[in-house]
Amino acid sequence: MGLLSKRDAALLTDPLADNNPITIQVLGICSALAITAELKASIVMAVSVLFVLGLGNVVISLMRNIIPSKIRIIVQLIVVATLVIIVDLVLKAFAYELSKTLSVFVGLIITNCIIMGRFEAFALGNGPWRAFLDGIGNAVGYGVILIAVGFFRELLGSGTLLGFKVLGDPIEKTGLYAIGYENNGFMLLSPMALIVVGILIWIQRSRNTSLIEEN
Amino acid sequence: MEHIELFFKSIFIDNMVFATFLGMCSYLAVSKKVATAVGLGAAVIFVLAVTVPLNWLLDQYILKDGALVWLGPEYADYDLSFLSFIMFIATIATMVQLVEIIVEKFSPSLYNSLGIFLPLIAVNCAILGGSLFMQSREIPSLGLALTYGVGSGIGWFLAILAIAAIREKIRYSSVPPALRGLGITFIITGLMAIGFMSFGGMLTGGDEEVKPAVAPEVVIEKVQEKVEKEEIANNTKTIK
Repeated sequence: MGLLSKRDAALLTDPLADNNPITIQVLGICSALAITAELKASIVMAVSVLFVLGLGNVVISLMRNIIPSKIRIIVQLIVVATLVIIVDLVLKAFAYELSKTLSVFVGLIITNCIIMGRFEAFALGNGPWRAFLDGIGNAVGYGVILIAVGFFRELLGSGTLLGFKVLGDPIEKTGLYAIGYENNGFMLLSPMALIVVGILIWIQRSRNTSLIEEN
Repeated sequence: MEHIELFFKSIFIDNMVFATFLGMCSYLAVSKKVATAVGLGAAVIFVLAVTVPLNWLLDQYILKDGALVWLGPEYADYDLSFLSFIMFIATIATMVQLVEIIVEKFSPSLYNSLGIFLPLIAVNCAILGGSLFMQSREIPSLGLALTYGVGSGIGWFLAILAIAAIREKIRYSSVPPALRGLGITFIITGLMAIGFMSFGGMLTGGDEEVKPAVAPEVVIEKVQEKVEKEEIANNTKTIK
């Protein structure tokens, strides 16, 4: 790729797998779990975080030399809060029903540890272009897990994907339901989100044994 | 009565960690030892008890639709609620800083045990989540806001205490290698959340007559389980 040097490309691709924000860095778990009962909500959340993290990283990186280190947390919080207000208002204007489903979790992007974590760990020490790539990479890594969890929970829990009945109609007994398949409503309840993420972590670490922690 | 109801509701039924997954990051990161978990839990109770009532006042007298009417009738049309995120987080960040300074000045011993956790708390979603839920659930009075803050804080405290105790014990078990550390913690938390779901029947008894027999038994069982869990926590403390 002519556009990106190898080092820059690594910023984009690392967070997708071996340095994933959710399964390895353990950042931003709260929202990952709470809103993943439907695939649609997961996608919207992933896009919102992509917007906030990409832009926020650039802003913080531009201001990195003028922020006094003692009050940097407050400055960072104000930057994120402003971006999140934009997201919230856009959602309320164009997708009101969805913004009701997400309820306070849009606001909670402010305290999503991914954002503060990347500001602290990366944007404060790097130029705007690299910070932007890092933001996008991490937000996509976060989004991938979110969408994977949302996919399985909606598919197994209500037999739909994005509202489409992909497995057939449970009431008229078509598709899979004709041979006696039943939806597992338990997948829609909150504890299953934790267990699904736990299983994803398990799969990832079995494939890449260098990630295994000591007990 | 409504205070007691809200108090127990916010501890058990709407438990910050198990029902709404707030504060998971620090919950997972700081739960390796019971002693540090207790420190962070205490700091969360404290900060929630301060910030939720404070943000309630802000919401009621500045941010809500028509809240500025106390300035004069011409202000009745203002709706500043779009500013609530920024106001809440600013309040929280300032309060945390202030609390840190005050505690350092007047009680150095408390500062030594609590101090390192305070900066962490400004970005703990449980704190902002407490204020946002307070706003979206329209809690009616200052007293109830205080109760809600303290209750959710205690709920969070119980959750982190329990998982820290379990994690201390789990070191002696043989967990599949790929699940060690983070993976098994997630799955245990999931199981604990299933346990906590049974508290859902606690306050609805009497209103619903659909399923009379099942709920009470389950609750009792879970209470016993809870007591056992706390015993484990206490034992670990005495061992130390």
